[in-house]
Formats: sequence, structure tokens, C-alpha cells
Amino acid sequence: MLKFFEPNKIFLITSKAPKYVMTLFIVVLSIGLVESLILSPEDYKQSHSVRIMYVHVPAAWISLGIFSSITILSLSGYIFKNKNFFLIAKSLAPSGLVFNIVALVTGSIWGKPTWGTWWAWDARITSMLILVLFYLMYLLAWRIFENKEKVFKITTIITIFGIINVPIIKYSVDWWNTLHQPASINILSKSSIHSSMLFPLIIMTAAFALFSLLIFLMKYNTELIKIKNKGLDRL
Amino acid sequence: MYGRKVKFRFFFIILILLSLILSVFLVLKSLEENVIFFKSPSEVKFLEEVKNKKIRIGGMVKLDSIEMSSDEVNFIITDFKNEINVSYSGVVPNLFSEGKGVVAEGYLKDRIFFEASKILAKHDENYMPPEVKAALEEN
Repeated sequence: MLKFFEPNKIFLITSKAPKYVMTLFIVVLSIGLVESLILSPEDYKQSHSVRIMYVHVPAAWISLGIFSSITILSLSGYIFKNKNFFLIAKSLAPSGLVFNIVALVTGSIWGKPTWGTWWAWDARITSMLILVLFYLMYLLAWRIFENKEKVFKITTIITIFGIINVPIIKYSVDWWNTLHQPASINILSKSSIHSSMLFPLIIMTAAFALFSLLIFLMKYNTELIKIKNKGLDRL
Repeated sequence: MYGRKVKFRFFFIILILLSLILSVFLVLKSLEENVIFFKSPSEVKFLEEVKNKKIRIGGMVKLDSIEMSSDEVNFIITDFKNEINVSYSGVVPNLFSEGKGVVAEGYLKDRIFFEASKILAKHDENYMPPEVKAALEEN
């Protein structure tokens, strides 16, 4: 099932997709920005600084989601010996790193007016910082090692170690005392965020996801073109 | 369906993951004291070493406990079981208010008095517009 992979056929689709994704991204982002910056209400306690949430939370979600996807892809690539999975994982990583840094920076900007500090070594924030280090290790490994077999193995090992951190990030606010507040959005129980604020949050998450998809397609196309040009690196 | 090698690689990954999860769990369990960001007033009661160690205490600011003078703020941190009196000279964060979460960093003078060098406001996970909050309070 996973043996059939023809770069040319995939490229036919992925080379056309970016412009549609780009259009959709711009539309969704404009709706999201208008919703979050103008139409959504201010918070009863934080007033307007709550608007940082509409960037901070989606960025954190996307960075966690991308790292999980990278891990699943790398592990599947290792188990089924499929090189295409590794290339998809490699193309996903840069946008994950960028959104991880965005989450940390906006969190810092949000922390100053609300908590009264730019940075605190609490479990949630520290574990997010560790995730940045794993993203950096992962991306550097692709740069450092020339040998393909070696780079596949090493990046897989990095993702295995890194994925342990993901549930720690998610549950750090429940397991330990942290300065960071617990999750507002729960799938099983009622969310503690008002629906007028939840809506822009979801739109912004969709916008960021589309942006990641766009960057992924561009990166992935580059990888496919590299394979084509070399000719010898057939998957 | 899949070959033996695929199965072996699958179980190999599962084994690695399980052993990693177990070891990380044990490490975090033994480091719990350092992972937590603050102690509650009840936990302070059972501290062995009280003085000369910088700690953070977190809880709710007790209602009607804030006394502001020209150069000092005094208030009480409570976890609804035990209380600690905090004195602090400096600027408090915007979200610092009665009935809300707070984390104070500083030194214990004894088991009831705490001298804070830094005050952080801790906010909860509830987000809502002011009108909704007002309507909730009316009910």
C-alpha cells in the first residue's frame, strides 16, 4: 500500500495547490483578524490584553500538532521504510518551529501586563521552551547529516524523545502548580471561555493551520524538485 | 499483512516509547518539589526549613485583606484552609485584586509572616465579556 510513490504525480497536485491555499488563507486570516481585533468583546478582567490570546493559543496548538505529526510520520517512515514520510515530516517542521517561537514571544508579551513578569520558570513555559530546542535539533539534524539513511534514523530518535514532552506540555497545568492558567477549552466538559471569544479563536486557528499548510506545500515541492533534478535519489 | 520485519520494528518503537515514558515519569516524580512553581499556605506549614530560603507562595488574596499604605502593601494569601500574611513594597500587577489568584516570591519570616520581593498575579481560565460577568453576578 505504501510502496507506490511517484514524485511526478504528487508534484502535479502539490505544485498547483499553493495558490488556492494562499487565497483561502488570506480570506480566513482577514475574517479572523477582524473578529479578534474589532468584533470580539474585551475580557471582564484583562480588558483588551485578552486579544493576544487569539495569536498565542492557536500558535501553541499548531506547534504541538505539527510536532505530533512529525513524530507519527517519522515513526511510520521507520516502520514501513517509506522515505516519503520523512520528506513530509521535514517539510512540516519549519512552520512548527516558527509557531512555537510565536507562542513563546506572545506569551511573554501577554505575561507582562497580566502576571507582572515577562518570564517565569513554570512547568508549562519551560516545557514549551524545551519543545523549541527539539524543533531546532530536528531541523539541524537535517542540515548536518548528509547520509540519507543516517538522517532518517537520527531525526526519528529526536522525535521519539521530543514526543514525550508533548503530553507534559498539555497536562503540566493540571499536574503541578503553575503560574500559567489551566486549559479553558475542554472537549468533554463545558469550556470556560465565552462563545463570543471562542469563535475568533477557532477562525485564527484555521488561518494558522492554512499558513502551515502553505509553507509545507512550498517546502515539499522544493524537496520533490530536488529529487527530480538529482534523478538518482529515487524514492 | 505486513512482513515480520515491519512487526519487529513496530514493537521496537513501542518498547522504546514505553521505557522512555517510564523513565521520564520517574525523573519528574522525584523532581516534583522543583517542578512546582509555588507552594500553597498549607504546604508551607509542613516545611522543615523556614528561613533564609527563597520560596514562592500561591493562593487567593483573601477578601477585604488588602491594606495599602504609602510604601507598603499588606494582604493575606489563603487556600481556604490556611493563611499567610504577606507584606510587600513595590508595584503590584494590574490583575492583583481581592478574591483573585496571586503568587508571591520572597522569604518567610516565620510560619505566618511572609516578606515578598515580587508579586505575580495569577489569573484563571475563565474568559468572558464584562456584560456576561455582570449578568452572572446578578443571578
